[in-house]
Order: sequence, then C-alpha cells, then structure tokens
Amino acid sequence: MIGFWTLFEKEMLRFWKVAFQTVAAPVLTALLYLLIFGHVLEDRVRVHGVPYTSFLIPGLVMMQVLQNAFANSSSSLIQAKITGSIVFVLLPPIPYSAFFAAYVLAAMVRGLLVGIGVLLATVWFVDLQVVAPGWIVAFAVVSGALFGALGMIAGIWVEKFDQLAAFQNFLIMPLTMLSGVFYSIYTLPGFWQGVSHYNPVFYMIDGFRYGFFGVSDVSPLLSFGIVFACFAGVTLLTLQLLKRGWKLRG
Amino acid sequence: MAAAVSLVDVVKHYGSLQALAGISLDIGEGEFFGLLGPNGAGKTTLISTLAGLVRPDAGTLKVMGYDVIADFREARRRLGVVPQELVFDPFFNVRETLRIQSGYFGIRKNDDWIDEILANLDLTSKAETNMRRLSGGMKRRVLVAQALVHKPPVIVLDEPTAGVDVELRQGLWQFIRRLNAEGHTIILTTHYLEEAEALCNRIALMKQGRVVALDTTANLMAEHPGASLEEVFMRTMRA
Repeated sequence: MIGFWTLFEKEMLRFWKVAFQTVAAPVLTALLYLLIFGHVLEDRVRVHGVPYTSFLIPGLVMMQVLQNAFANSSSSLIQAKITGSIVFVLLPPIPYSAFFAAYVLAAMVRGLLVGIGVLLATVWFVDLQVVAPGWIVAFAVVSGALFGALGMIAGIWVEKFDQLAAFQNFLIMPLTMLSGVFYSIYTLPGFWQGVSHYNPVFYMIDGFRYGFFGVSDVSPLLSFGIVFACFAGVTLLTLQLLKRGWKLRG
Repeated sequence: MAAAVSLVDVVKHYGSLQALAGISLDIGEGEFFGLLGPNGAGKTTLISTLAGLVRPDAGTLKVMGYDVIADFREARRRLGVVPQELVFDPFFNVRETLRIQSGYFGIRKNDDWIDEILANLDLTSKAETNMRRLSGGMKRRVLVAQALVHKPPVIVLDEPTAGVDVELRQGLWQFIRRLNAEGHTIILTTHYLEEAEALCNRIALMKQGRVVALDTTANLMAEHPGASLEEVFMRTMRA
C-alpha cells in the first residue's frame, strides 16, 4: 500500500507544483466560455425551462473535469516515457493494479479540483440550484476516473507529444464539445440526436446536469449505468495492458 | 557460495536481432562482478531483463532466489539498478526524489539512510536543489542514490561513471566498495576497463549476446601474462 500511496502523492505533487497551469488555467478557460456564450445567448435561449447561463455551468464543470483528468494521467506517462524517468516506477515492486489506481485517482482528483474551481468561479453569475447532490458527486467521480483511465491508455500507447495532441484534439475534444455541454441534444436534427446517443460523454454531462436541475434528456439511472459500464470496460482494458507491460516493458 | 543472481538460458530477440543468445550465469552473494563488452553486446538488455524492464523470450532469471517474473515483487525488492541514461524527474528536488523512490519500495521515514547516502555521495548540500539545476555528474550521483534507498542486497551499476569527474569517481567507488564489503553484491558494466580491473573479482566478457569469457579477474589476466585487462578484452573480442 505504501507504494500505491507514494505514487499517488507523487502524481498529486506533480500537478500541484504547477497548479497555475494545471488548475487555474482551465478554470479561466471555462470562465471565458461562460462569459462569451452567456452574454450572447442568456436572453435568447432557455433549455428545459432553465436560463442558458445556468444550463451551461454544469456542462462546463464536467467538461473541465473530463479534460483535466485525461490530461493528468496522459501527460504524466508520456513525459516519463520520453524523458526515461518511467524506469523509476517500473523498477520498484509496485503491482500493476496499484499503478493503475494511483494514476487514475490522482487524475480524478485533479479533474475534481478543476471542476470545483470552475463551479466556484462561475456560480456568482447565476442562481444555481442543487436538486440531487448524490448524482452530481457520482457522475463527477466516475466520469473523472473514466477519463483518467483513458488518459493512461493514451499515455501508454503514444510515443510522441504530437501523437498525444492528436488523441486529445481528434478524439477527446470532439467527444466533450459535441456531448451537450453547450446545448441540449434535443435541439439537434434527428440524425445528430441519434449520433449523440453513441457518445458516452453525453450521458456524463446529462446525468451531472440532472443533479442541478432535476431535468435531463435521459434518465440519470440509465446514464449512470452507461458511464459505469464504460468505466468498467476501460479499467479492464487498462489493467490488461499494464499486466502485459504493453509499450512499457520491452 | 549462494547465488545472488542466477541466469539460465536467457534469450531475447528484438525482431530479427538476437540481443541475448542463451545466457547462463551465476553471480555469488558478495561478489563484485564485471559485465564487459562492446556496445551492442547485450549488457544493458541483460540488466534490463534482470530488472523486469524487458521480458525475456526464454530462460529464467532469479535475484536472491526469486524469479524476476513469477516473484517479481520479491525479486525487485532485492535489486537496485543505476540506469545508463541520465534520467530524472524535473518536478522534484533531490530529497523529494529519494523519499519518493523509498516509498515506491514500501519504505516510509527513511531520512536517516537517505542522509547517509547523500553524505557518502557528497550530495548533502544539494538535498533541497531541484533536479533540473544539477550538473550531469550530480544527476548521476542521484541515480546511484535512488538505486540504494531500499538497501538492496544486489546492486547493478550500468556505466555509473560515464561523464563523471575523477573526484566523484573516487568517492563513488569508495562508497560502492564499502557496500560490497558489507555484503552487497555488485554487478558493474563499464567501458572504463581499468576500473573493472581494479574493482571486480570476477568478469564476464560479452559479445553479440553471448558470454565469451567468464573467470576471475586474476585468471583472465593470468591467461595473457603482462597484458592489461584492456588488452585481454581486445584479444577476446577479436578471437
């Protein structure tokens, strides 16, 4: 257990030492989204009867949770691989399950810290309700862990920073931006509504938003089931990759 | 003498390249063992396989009786490796680096031993300095310190003095000799053959993934009267 806690603490310290870049910057980005989209659309759009700015905030919080959880584990692993310092965690007797848990937990914590930061920075602009806090916590935790695990797969798989950037820009960014952060999918044409249902991030955002407003496009229980199943699948895959030492041990 | 390291028919290929061609070797507890050979001979692959960084295609490797794959946790607890590349984590200072490395091996509150290592490697004044700010020689010392934080009975030094000044080399070898005298098994790879000649009790010469000579340093030298280890090495490689 000491090996696990040490690796977890190291991962926490790694992002905390550059918190301006890893926590403050994404909070500012989310705030800018809110100011710009809120200013343009507040008086013109209501979603599920909720004013647009209020509707937008949970989406922005979850988007930053996901993107930062992914960024934490993926950037840590790729940096360690490229600099060669990965040997320091491969030489000790840390079981692969502890290795997985430490990286994912630290990624989740960073995601949640950024999410809380976004919430604290934006909540002053609206009268935000909280209808079901349990759902808020459940979706934030499992979704953050899922993207932390996805970040591990990316960090293990890629060999160069530009490959990681491609993974982020062509997969993670579209999945999060096209998931209903800025809109309800029921404002989309039928075809794109159907496509959105194949995007697991849609269920994360929709379920998370339910916790604030008590309304959602899909039942939160169904959404949570889908998100948890995705997390379980990605966890099993990551554990298999670590067990085999894929791209880590020659 | 019990075997600290035991290798039996270890084979490793990288594609069509045979990096290790069936290495069998025992290194006894308390030995100061030299693993020598030209670049590409397979020394680093062999060390990486022993450390679990590379998986062998065939064969068995044991550290203090523990299989490096089946009993990897026990085997790794007993092995300290100084890697050849000058690698470091730029987020941390020297003391943090060593505390973290201790924790990875399941050891908390290890500051007494960390202080002793820092003093022996002349790093005490740099304990709170970020790794990025250290010279190459200092970084090399930290690598040695990282390999020693968990007091492993078997210590592997993969070219530990590459790019290191004379003063540090002397200090480093004095410390390693002391560890060896206290019972630690030392496995050394180096291109400085005079160091191997002075330090190692027994030497394996490797060429193209095979051990081509294995004997005590004295016997190897005796086979070539009047020759230095460098000359013995050159003759063996040409043979």
